[in-house]
Formats: sequence, structure tokens, C-alpha cells
Amino acid sequence: MSDIQLSNSGQTAADEPDGGRTPVRFRNPGLPAHRHRNADVDPRAAKRAEHQVLAMLGLSALGTIFFIVAYFAVPLDGTFGTLQLSNITLGLGLGTGIFFIGTAAVHLAKTLMPDTEMFDERHPQRGTQEERDDAAAIMVQGGQESGLGRRPFVLGGLVGAAALAPLPAVVLLRDLGPLPGDALAETLWDEGVRLALDPSAEPILAADVTVGSAFHVIPENLYESEHFLDEKAKAAVLIMRVDPGVVQYDAEREGWDVDGIYAYSKICTHVGCPVALYEQQTHHLLCPCHQSTFDLTQHCKVIFGPAKRALPQLPITVDDEGYLVARSDFLEPPGPSYWERG
Amino acid sequence: MSTPAGSTAAYTSTSRTARLSAGAADYFDERFGAARLVKGFARKVFPDHWSFMLGEIALYSFVILLISGTFLTLFYVPSMTLVTYEGSYAPMYGVTMSDAYASSLNLSFDIRGGLLMRQVHHWSALIFVAAIVVHMLRVFFTGAFRKPREFNWVLGVVLAVLALAEGFTGYSLPDDLLSGNGLRIIEGVILAIPVVGTYIVFFLFGGEFPGETIIPRLYILHVFVLPGIILATIVMHLALVVAHKHTQYPGPGRTNDNVVGFPLLPVYAAKAGGFFFIVFGVIILISGLVSINAIWNYGPYDPSPVSAGTQPDWYIGFVDGLLRLMPGQPEFTLAGFTLSLNVFLPSLVVPGLMVVALLAYPFFEQWVTGDNREHHLLDRPRNAPVRTGIGVMAITSYCVMWAAAGNDLMAVAFRMSINDLTWLLRVLFFVLPPVAFVVTKRICMSLQRKDRELALHGHETGRVVRTADGEYFEVHEPLTETDRWLLVQHETYRPLAIPPKAHQDGSKPSAVHRFRANLSNFFFEDRVEPVTPRELAAAQHHGGLEALEQPTGSEAERRELTSGP
Repeated sequence: MSDIQLSNSGQTAADEPDGGRTPVRFRNPGLPAHRHRNADVDPRAAKRAEHQVLAMLGLSALGTIFFIVAYFAVPLDGTFGTLQLSNITLGLGLGTGIFFIGTAAVHLAKTLMPDTEMFDERHPQRGTQEERDDAAAIMVQGGQESGLGRRPFVLGGLVGAAALAPLPAVVLLRDLGPLPGDALAETLWDEGVRLALDPSAEPILAADVTVGSAFHVIPENLYESEHFLDEKAKAAVLIMRVDPGVVQYDAEREGWDVDGIYAYSKICTHVGCPVALYEQQTHHLLCPCHQSTFDLTQHCKVIFGPAKRALPQLPITVDDEGYLVARSDFLEPPGPSYWERG
Repeated sequence: MSTPAGSTAAYTSTSRTARLSAGAADYFDERFGAARLVKGFARKVFPDHWSFMLGEIALYSFVILLISGTFLTLFYVPSMTLVTYEGSYAPMYGVTMSDAYASSLNLSFDIRGGLLMRQVHHWSALIFVAAIVVHMLRVFFTGAFRKPREFNWVLGVVLAVLALAEGFTGYSLPDDLLSGNGLRIIEGVILAIPVVGTYIVFFLFGGEFPGETIIPRLYILHVFVLPGIILATIVMHLALVVAHKHTQYPGPGRTNDNVVGFPLLPVYAAKAGGFFFIVFGVIILISGLVSINAIWNYGPYDPSPVSAGTQPDWYIGFVDGLLRLMPGQPEFTLAGFTLSLNVFLPSLVVPGLMVVALLAYPFFEQWVTGDNREHHLLDRPRNAPVRTGIGVMAITSYCVMWAAAGNDLMAVAFRMSINDLTWLLRVLFFVLPPVAFVVTKRICMSLQRKDRELALHGHETGRVVRTADGEYFEVHEPLTETDRWLLVQHETYRPLAIPPKAHQDGSKPSAVHRFRANLSNFFFEDRVEPVTPRELAAAQHHGGLEALEQPTGSEAERRELTSGP
């Protein structure tokens, strides 16, 4: 691209109206006169700088010794306010020991080492024409001597084999994990599984859930599962009891609650944080990670924030002994959206 | 090695140290070609400027990360096997937790200096990424990415991305509640990738979230794979710095063909080496005095609880903020498949585009200017108003995203509705960046005009003088040649003429050519050109010159008056 136009580039003085009497461009005036530092001209200043450097090195040594003493002398359970005393003393000692070596070196360089500006020439990255011609000739010669140009099948075979060779590395990754299958859509909840308190797994009597209260809930059989954290990550539930009539009537969800006790998945439909905050007065559920807000009165529909889908409801009932139990699994996969979710 | 007879005096006058170092020099030269290396590199000149130390801070933080991280690996156990905690932190005694979390607690409470090293590691990680970002801003705003350094900029962007990955993998290792929730968000983000998301999650986590393999897998990435790649990239980055020689700011005596500064040995060895100790010392002092990531407060990871006001480490904040800003509407179900754009766009597409934009900028700007010369003199940001405007625009939108990651804390601090605040930030996300662009560009041009004014007319002295004819003027003190140089040394590009849609002969200029001409006008149509010697001469002739000469006259007059009878 040679269409570049510049001002102040000083290309053609003769084009200028005054016929080139005035230069088109200012000339670089060159480096200003060197200014000497105190330590360059005053031996006492130099001596002072030397002493300062020595003092810093002394402080550094003191810091290091302090660190070693503190390591053995300060017990780990000592505190200073809310901070660990050992951490403070070790940090101060080690930090001082290292910091002052740095300041000493820099001070030495800035006060006592020569500060006369030096010049290096720059050379363009581009080689000379001769170098470029030689390089091109070498490449051509190398290509010819390899003989690949005359033997296209060898070249093709080489490229093909080399392209195939990394495939095993990809295949080897297959056993990193199982295929998803329906795993994300299935939880421990099933007909008759008792709702239990998180984390004690004690079953919950419907009568104990008073109006206005909210419980963090897990399936009673959670800890029987080998990978109970995986199961908990899907099955965590929040139950809340509200006055009758607070939640809009929905014929499809008839009989999913027990006298105003509603159970909803606690896993946010956005990216899976626990929807842990229940505002008792407004009946809103808030996810503290990204503030998706769900309205219990509208069956946990999203009323604000980045989630799109309502929290899935867990249909519940009571068993013979009065404990809350699930009527089935969730009717849709809980948690964040994924491609195969449907 | 034989001593010729009669030179005993000379032999004894040579000190023992000198003989030893001569011997060592000989030894190394014959084995490593040390003489050639020393001759080539030891007196290499580096230019001096505080802003050149930003990249150094990044480099040194990385070294500190390697040192402190190695200590941590001696005690940390990268395993999700559940154990019962029996260490000395009483509130957690008897709690079931992963080995990873238990060993992190041990590092904090049962290993002397363990907490210090954990905090050094965390603080230097934050400073590492921060130094990279600020270094990139310096390189961007001064145009240091221009030819021949485009690919060093690319390597720098790669390093920034690797640093984020390294930071995030490390953040997750303690397996505490906070980092576990961070991983859960990552799971949700990956799930949102169309078609393959679910598979990636199952392969990454070895099954369902959280599984039992993610911590050991992140561990090997964090302590081996990523640091190895980062180290190799740093080596290339620095090799290119040596090959290109460092850029320098414009100034008297500095040209595009020289480097003005101080030699590596001894000045830069002492300054840069000393600076490493300063950075290390400051980070240790911070870590001794300021607590960070108090994992013992959060408890072990459990998918059900979460603490309010959760925040990621600062460098992931912009992604988290975007996730918070994005409304939920754009999630669709198409032909039985779910496309979760409300997650996919803010968490992966936008950050991906940001990286692409960063990678592409040097090539884009070069295409617009058509300038394929080498540039070793840095631009003053004001002298590239559109570039500076673009940079500030990018910073502004980044800051809005970043602020959004703290919307809950801000809402509490300012007693605002979080909904209103989120809406405000959504609006600002679109409104602020263009405003920032225009304001920055205008400020740059005003500064350029100020430079012109100063170069043409010099400093105001505050002395107002009346001539014999009753004319008033203020005396201006012209700049010296040396002081003026910085204000007049730069070049400005002139925009390309925009070709007509169709030429008279019916042929049409290519759309690409028209587009480039339009961009060229966007960049360079508004410009303040530097003062030329002719302009200066004219200014001095038309008033400036009188101003320069008159004072002596009036001075003489005044002296006459005061010394009169």
C-alpha cells in the first residue's frame, strides 16, 4: 500500500511555496546537555548515597533474621485482631528482607552508576537484498534437493499421514468421561422419596412447616448415593409455606402442593447457582450469583435477571406418617439449560 | 599459563580476583562462546521510562507465582476424596470435606508460613493479570504494537488469555464454597454451548458436576500445562523485544533509528534486578498485612448453600458482570433443542470477540493507514486521537461490565434497588462507550491544539506591555529548540480521498477500497497537524516576532522613564 499521505514527513521541500528556503520539517535538536547528579560532582553526596545503600542492605539483613526468629518463636495460633500473628511477622520479616535488597540495587544504580545516555543503532528487521536473495536461493535449493517437488505422491502421502497422526490424541480423550445420556434430566426424587432437611437428612413433617417458613431440602436417601454431591447438585430443593390463595391457581399443578407448602428446585435455571434467598414478604426467590429473581406466586416464573425459565416445581404430598414425600421426579430437567434439554 | 622469567613483578601486581575471573572467563568462553554473548548483549542499551516497568511487573509476578506455587504444591493435595477435617482450625473440626480443601486449611493453619505463601500466591496472581492489562494499555495507547511488533502484541494477547485461564484454574483448587460456586457457573456456561456443551461438561468433569476428577485435572493444568505454555510464550515475547530493541518515547536526540538509554551492564542489571526484589518485597508485605481469600470462612463446597455478595477474582469480573447484565429473553427452543443465548452470548461470544478485536487491531490499523514502515518511536496518545478514543471506549465498556459484577454490593452500599441499578448499567453499557470515544478524541485534539499554540507562540509570561503607539500585548517567551521538539516531531496521516460510487468512464471502484477510504476518513479527517518551521516563521513574523523584539525596546523606554529627572 503506497497510498499513504503524511504531513510533516519532510519529503519534498521544493514543492513548498517558498521554494524550499525554509525546511519542511524541524530538525531533531539532539540530546540536551547532560545534567550531572549531586553524587557525580560532590564526593560527599556520593558517600551519602553509599551509606544509604549500605543502610538498606542492613535493613534487609535485619528483616531476614527477624523472619527466621519469627518462624520459630511466633506460634501459629497467635492472633493480632482478626489476623494471624505468625503471618504478619513472617510477612514483615521476609518482605523487608527482600524489598530493601531491591531498593539498595536501584538506589546504587540511580546514584552511583554512570547515567550518561548511550546510543545504540537500530537496524531494520528486513535483511539486505543480498541476504534475501541468498535465503531464497537456499530455500529453492533445499526444496529441489528434497526431491518432493518431483515426487508429488510422496509429498501428498507425507501431508496425509502427518494430518492423520494426531487423531489418536483426540480419540484417547474419549474416556475422559461418560456420555451424558439422560443423566442431567434424572434426579433422586421419585414417588415416595421423603423430603429431608439439608444437611442432616432428617425427614420433614408437613405439620412442622409453618406459614412463612422456608426449608432447604434434600432427598432423604441422598447419602446412600455413592456420588452424593453430584446428586445434590441436581436434587436440591427449597420448600416454602404460604397462605392459601397467595400462589396463582394453575389447573396443571393441581395437587402438587401440600396445604400451601410448595417445593421448587433450588438450582438456578441460569447457570446453576443455588437460589438461596427467599424474601418472605414478596414471595420472591433471588439467586445471589446473578440476581435472577423468581416469583413464587407465579410458580417461580422469572421476573428479573438473566434466567429465562421458571424453577421446576417438585410435586409433593404427605405419606401415612405425615412426612412430606415427592410424588414423582421433576417433570423437566432442573438446573441450567443445555442443548439436548428440549 | 607459564610465567615468563623476569615478569614476577607484573605477576604479583595482578590481583587474585582478577586472575580468577580471567580464568573463569576463559573457561566459559571456550565452552559457551561467552565472549561473543557478552559483547553482543551486555552493553545493549535500554531506554528509560516508568511505563516500561509495567511489563516487568507482570514478568516478576509470574516468577513469584512459580516460587510461591512450588511451595504450595509441597503441601496441597489435589484430591476430591472426602476426609474428616482434624486440623487446628476449630470451627471446621470434624467437618467432612475434600482432601483439597482440608490441605488448603492445613496450609493456612498448620504449616508455618503456609498462609503467607498462599496469600503471596493469590496477591501476585491478581497483580500478574493487572500488570499485563496495564502493560497492554501502555502498548496500545503509545502505538508500540505497530510494525515490526504486531506479532509481539499477538503473543501478549495470548499471554493475557493464558493468564486468565491460569488464574481461574488456580482459583478453583482450594475447593471451598466460593470457588465451587465459580466452577458451577463455569459448568452452566459450558452447558450453554450449542450442540457440544453437554459433552464437554461430561468429559471435563468426568461425568456429572462436580464429580471427583475436576480438581486433579485443573491441578495438572494449573501447575504444569498452563505455566509451561506461559513460560514458553514469555520467552518468545522477550526474544522479540531483544530482536526489535525496545521502543522509546520521542524526544530530543531520539530518532527512529537509535535507542537512547543506559546499558544492560551494569545499570539495567541493577535497576531491573532490583525492581524484581522491590515487586517481590511489596507483594510479601501486602500478603503479610492484608488477608485475601479467607477460604476458612466459606466452608467446603456443597452445591446447595451459597453466600450473598459472591464475587470472582477481579479479572473474571467482566464476564460475571456481563452474565448479570444480560436479560434472560434470548433463550430459545428450536426443533427440540435449547439454545441458551442468554448465557452463551455474554460468557463466551462477547469475550471471544473481545480477544479477536485485540488480536486484529494492529493489522486493522496498518491496513487503514497503509503505513508499512517500521515504528520505533512511540506515539504520544494525543497525537493518535481516534486510536486513543477507541482505547478509552474499550476501557469504558470493560469497566461497565466489571462494575456490573458488583451490582449487588453497590445496591447495598448505595441503598439502591438492584433492579434499577442493573437497568442503569444495561443502558450505560450502550451509551457510555460512544460518549467516551467522542470526549476522548476531542480532548486529544484540544491537547494537540494546545501543543500547537505553545510551539507557535511559546509560554505566556504574564507581562503586558504597552507600546509607544498605545498598543497592548502580552510578552510570550518562545520555546527553546529542545523544548519545542516534542511538540512538533510527529507526523499526522492525511485521509484518503473517498472515490465516487462510479467513475465517469462507468467503472466502479472496489467496495473494499471505498470502505478503506471511509475508515481512513473516520481516523484522520479531523486532525491537528503539527507546526512546521514555515508556520513558526510566519507566526514570529506576524506578531510573535514583534512580541519578541518589542520588550527590549519598551524595557529601554521604561528605564529611560524611571531614570528621568
